[in-house]
Amino acid sequence: MADLLDLTVAEAAAKIAAGEVSAEEYGAAWRAAAAGDDLNAYLWTADEGAGETDWTGAGESAPPGAGEETPYGANPAAPADSGPLGGVPIAIKDIFTTQGIPTTAGSKILEGYRPPYTATAVRKLTAAGARVLGKTNMDEFAMGSSNENSAYGPVRNPWDRDRVPGGSSGGSAAVVAGGLAPAALGTDTGGSIRQPASLCGIVGLKPTYGAISRFGMIAFASSLDQCGPLTRDVADAALLLGVMEGKDPLDATSVGLDGAIALPTREDLSGLRFGVPKEIGEAALDAGVRAVFEATIARIEELGGEIAEVALPHAEHGISAYYVIAPAEASSNLARYDGVRYGQRVAGDEDLVTMYEETRAQGFGAEVKRRVMLGTYALSSGYYDAYYGQAQKVRTRIAGDFDAAFAEVDFVVTPTSPSVAFGLGEKTADPLAMYLNDFFTVPMSLAGIPAISIPAGLAAPEGAAAGAPGLPVGFQIAAPAFGEQKLLEAAHALEGALDFAAAAGDAAPWRGGARA
Amino acid sequence: MIDRDQVLHVAKLARLRLDDAEVETMAGELSGILEHVDRISDLDLEGVEATSHVVQLENVFRADVPWTSLPPKVALASAPEPFDGAFRVPSPQAPVD
Repeated sequence: MADLLDLTVAEAAAKIAAGEVSAEEYGAAWRAAAAGDDLNAYLWTADEGAGETDWTGAGESAPPGAGEETPYGANPAAPADSGPLGGVPIAIKDIFTTQGIPTTAGSKILEGYRPPYTATAVRKLTAAGARVLGKTNMDEFAMGSSNENSAYGPVRNPWDRDRVPGGSSGGSAAVVAGGLAPAALGTDTGGSIRQPASLCGIVGLKPTYGAISRFGMIAFASSLDQCGPLTRDVADAALLLGVMEGKDPLDATSVGLDGAIALPTREDLSGLRFGVPKEIGEAALDAGVRAVFEATIARIEELGGEIAEVALPHAEHGISAYYVIAPAEASSNLARYDGVRYGQRVAGDEDLVTMYEETRAQGFGAEVKRRVMLGTYALSSGYYDAYYGQAQKVRTRIAGDFDAAFAEVDFVVTPTSPSVAFGLGEKTADPLAMYLNDFFTVPMSLAGIPAISIPAGLAAPEGAAAGAPGLPVGFQIAAPAFGEQKLLEAAHALEGALDFAAAAGDAAPWRGGARA
Repeated sequence: MIDRDQVLHVAKLARLRLDDAEVETMAGELSGILEHVDRISDLDLEGVEATSHVVQLENVFRADVPWTSLPPKVALASAPEPFDGAFRVPSPQAPVD
């Protein structure tokens, strides 16, 4: 059993296709693992004993619209039996609509909601033979960097249960790192795939904006939201990206990637140029994280890669621009939660507006209210140009910085997060301190370019006693828009040289280290 | 920077009811965040194009053909108060202010 769970998705799919591993046995092993979730990482799991073809609700009553035609095409009663992901169960962040399966986006306002249709990204996975293993916990509406903003309680980091897994895709990162899923789907608006991947010691890929359809992905900030895989290795990220990418008639902003994504095979970095932003020198960064970053740079050179200095002079304003643009778009997107068509309603006896106000007051958590307020303020009369207009111009400048850098280098590299996983409750009192976790990931989101975080080493938390166990440190590689294949090749080569799994050894939670 | 009255005004625009304690907290927190955000107001960005979207969007046309709609019972299945094929809400007639 343990052997089955040690396989990567690519390995398992190949063995299932070759008849060496039974899809039923593999699926059952993962369902049993998921049912043992002790990290509060799942909000829903496929029940044990669910029929293999019953992907909709695992033994629950028939979902609304099952098998019916919808404006989005037919809702299949069953997924494909075979395909590139044949028989592989995948954990899905609870921000993706899944027909008949509870979908909350981590919010109380959607408690009990069962969507009548399934997100395109999830449909593509199941059409390739994958199964929905469970829905993962997350910061409410993807707003957060620690998973402490979930209405359903925080997720624990499998490396250290008193620490956060990062966010907002904290549940997705925790299930992969904790050996509760072979791979997971997440979303990234300002770092919500990459930062939790970094804090949990796994791979997280945010593709180019538009690479994968956003249809059925509950909207936070529409000009920034992009979904992507959280996996144990780079090859699995490539496999899932290849299945999910593509233009979707149901998402007019989807573009897709031109041509299929191949599994990466590259083993050296010769001829590739990596740009290190000179601003990192002064950036607020834990000493342990900086040491791992510098060691990784040295490893790139050993692999034949060339290191060059680049300048991203406007990146330091990324957080400011992001925390205007994202809340502004969120305040508009979240207007739909009004207690009328779906979700919770708090009875307002007097009149309609009171019902809206009560429903939203009780349905939204503190961070969501804060961002809705911030966004509404930034868009309100008299402040629009000063905040939203100015932030959009900063966004242009940041994208221009990357354009200039990519004229000189193939990739831009940074630490993914300024620190290792921090303690539960450590940053909840200061929203701004929490926002600064996104310092290194937000610029790529604003520019719409792809970026991957790979685990690069371990570092003790800042201020920890000597000999304290190390926690994972992520290394971020960003590429020009639609440069995913080249990005994955470079990340794969570096991953092989870093051999994080060997460095982590028995401490890796998926090996049972932290679980023992 | 943001006072109590502004918080209440914005809360009304956002259709959020905040209790007294929330108003106080919100005023402090929003002020702190806006102080950080305000750093961009000093940048000289005169004449810089605003980026609203990173994808070069083109108008998309499709054939204007009838398509199956979400069946009414499905569309209403998640509603807090479905009523006779519709969404029932409290009367909007009561005074707003």
